[in-house]
Amino acid sequence: MVDSNRSADSGAEAGLVKASADTVAEFDADKKTALQHIQHFLHGNPAMVPVIILFVSVVAFRLIAGERFFTAFNLSLIIQQVTIIGFLACAQTLIVLTAGIDLSIAAIMVLASVVAGKFAVILGVPSIIAIPCGFVVGTLGGLVNGLLVTRLRLPPFIVTLGTWNIFFALVIWYSGSQSIRSQDIDKIAPVLKIFGERVSIGGAVFTYGSFLMVGVFLVIWYVLNNTAWGRHVYAVGDDKEAAELSGINTNRLLLSVYGVAGFIAGIAAWVSIGRVGSVSPQSFYDANLDSITAVVIGGTSLFGGRGSILGALFGALIVGVFSSGLKIAGVDVIWQRFAIGCLIILAVGIDQWLRRVSA
Amino acid sequence: MRILDSKTAIAIALLGAGAAMPAAAADIGACLITKTDINPFFVKMKEGATAKAEELGIILSTYAGKVDGDHETQVQAIETCIASGAKGIMITASDTAAIVPVVEQAREAGLLVIALDTPLEPIDSADATFATDNFKAGELIGQWAAAQLGDKAGEAKIAMLDLSASQPSVGVLRDQGFLQGFGIELNDPKRWGDETDPRIIGNDVTAGNEEGGRRAMENLMQKDPEVNVVYTINEPAAAGAYEALKAFGREDEVLIVSIDGGCPGVANVADGVIGATAQQYPLLMASKGVEAIKAWAESGVKPEPTPGLDFFNTGVSLVTDKPVEGIESIDTKEGGERCWG
Repeated sequence: MVDSNRSADSGAEAGLVKASADTVAEFDADKKTALQHIQHFLHGNPAMVPVIILFVSVVAFRLIAGERFFTAFNLSLIIQQVTIIGFLACAQTLIVLTAGIDLSIAAIMVLASVVAGKFAVILGVPSIIAIPCGFVVGTLGGLVNGLLVTRLRLPPFIVTLGTWNIFFALVIWYSGSQSIRSQDIDKIAPVLKIFGERVSIGGAVFTYGSFLMVGVFLVIWYVLNNTAWGRHVYAVGDDKEAAELSGINTNRLLLSVYGVAGFIAGIAAWVSIGRVGSVSPQSFYDANLDSITAVVIGGTSLFGGRGSILGALFGALIVGVFSSGLKIAGVDVIWQRFAIGCLIILAVGIDQWLRRVSA
Repeated sequence: MRILDSKTAIAIALLGAGAAMPAAAADIGACLITKTDINPFFVKMKEGATAKAEELGIILSTYAGKVDGDHETQVQAIETCIASGAKGIMITASDTAAIVPVVEQAREAGLLVIALDTPLEPIDSADATFATDNFKAGELIGQWAAAQLGDKAGEAKIAMLDLSASQPSVGVLRDQGFLQGFGIELNDPKRWGDETDPRIIGNDVTAGNEEGGRRAMENLMQKDPEVNVVYTINEPAAAGAYEALKAFGREDEVLIVSIDGGCPGVANVADGVIGATAQQYPLLMASKGVEAIKAWAESGVKPEPTPGLDFFNTGVSLVTDKPVEGIESIDTKEGGERCWG
């Protein structure tokens, strides 16, 4: 179970899985329908579902919303728009893989950005120190969650529901709920906005932040698939007791997962200043839920141990494609929410259907 | 038995005296219930009310919803206020229609209810409303934008950056005021987004923050890259919209107008990020509200609305460094002195 999930993400290994799956299918071909073949294939390759949905929705919006949707520029703009949610979805996936959930992840990010911004712009701390302070705040925020989950043995949902409020209150208190203006950042600490800088490739425009997001996804993908730590993350999520019996120090592992997620939120904090322009304590209020949406649509099971990190990236992109496509097609904003709600239910439905394959 | 009785009597007398001594003003309790504790506008409102209550010796309790739209917490706050024996309530309602039944309970219990900033629906559900004329605020920036464009106003391309999909009254009034001021025919004045004038490129929602402003602006630029006028619900949304325009290299060709008059917003007008903003006065609303509750408690007098309006108008000023003839405005220096947040 664990191994097949792991290899599912790996491009090189995916081929092997597919090949072996075909062989098995031949063996008892008379017992399986075509639908069951698809079910098996998707079960072994959880990232394929969102890839297919993404592909279909891009084609669909090309037909519905027309030329203006399907330009290199607009498609790259969608990537810019989902960059921050992408970072958070990456962090969120790590936690969801351990059968946890992090409701506080966006609050951690905003807190980190407010600390870095206030240090650099208001208190005059050099950016080279202020920015790492943001990473430290992010990591500490994650570790607080991890400690509460492992030491007090509280459910992650409860812990992060609590810390969501706590971090959010700290954001408002420390920022005085005031934004730091873009113009002030430009004057005093322009490096805070470096990830908002853009490069143009053909008609497409990417921000440095988008490249960094893809980089972080690739690193985490590699770590999950090619290190003992990554294997342990899946193992703990799949069956914590079994993992413990097999010699994994599950508490230490969980703590490290929450710490890494917090660190990624700290990086996202820096990138978010470039994206938003200002240091804004009011922004990203819903981003924790948006990150969970991306993870779920990306095919990672909320019950832990199953899913893929790249799925979360595709999940975030699917939401971005829907928002952009519906907007350009002139659809009212309320129907964007409606559509994304349907997507979530569809995604969980597919997950449940795929789980039955192993039942 | 006798001794006990006299002791009891003394105790009662002492208690009575104790309660009577601070009496008068200090006996008056008032509640302030805001939408959230996170929006600087409401933070300022709370500061204004607290300062005035201290000055007048009134006991002020403050409550706030967790997020914009948190109706349930506001209902609980009103119930707590009634139970605590307060003389009056000031409220910025999250759900202006749904709050009415519990407001009626408070009024039946003899409390003065004042709606601050956001009128209830219907407006006479509260004893009084102390607010910015949001429609007028929108109208001012609409007129200013049309005057800036001059002859080109006829072929303007307007992006509308609104608050949220649920269309709260404050957002609708500002949006519709702007359109009327700009010279665009309204359809249903209680709804934004139903106008048919081809000059409107589209509406999108911002949640009133920078990130939402940027995203909404990007979306509308994808609908039509030649947008040249941007209405924004508030100044954080305007700051986000400016970032998007900068990314498109069009920041110098587009007129952004906004509403609020917060200090960062006024600074953005001075820096040319925002062309003009309509400034409102939350501290004034709150301090007037506290005074009204004191008057009600002491002499049973209810506040009167501004003549000709169904609410007490706390005023609005157009803040811009590019004044237009025929539209009264103040410059960013004066706006900066009167700004909140």
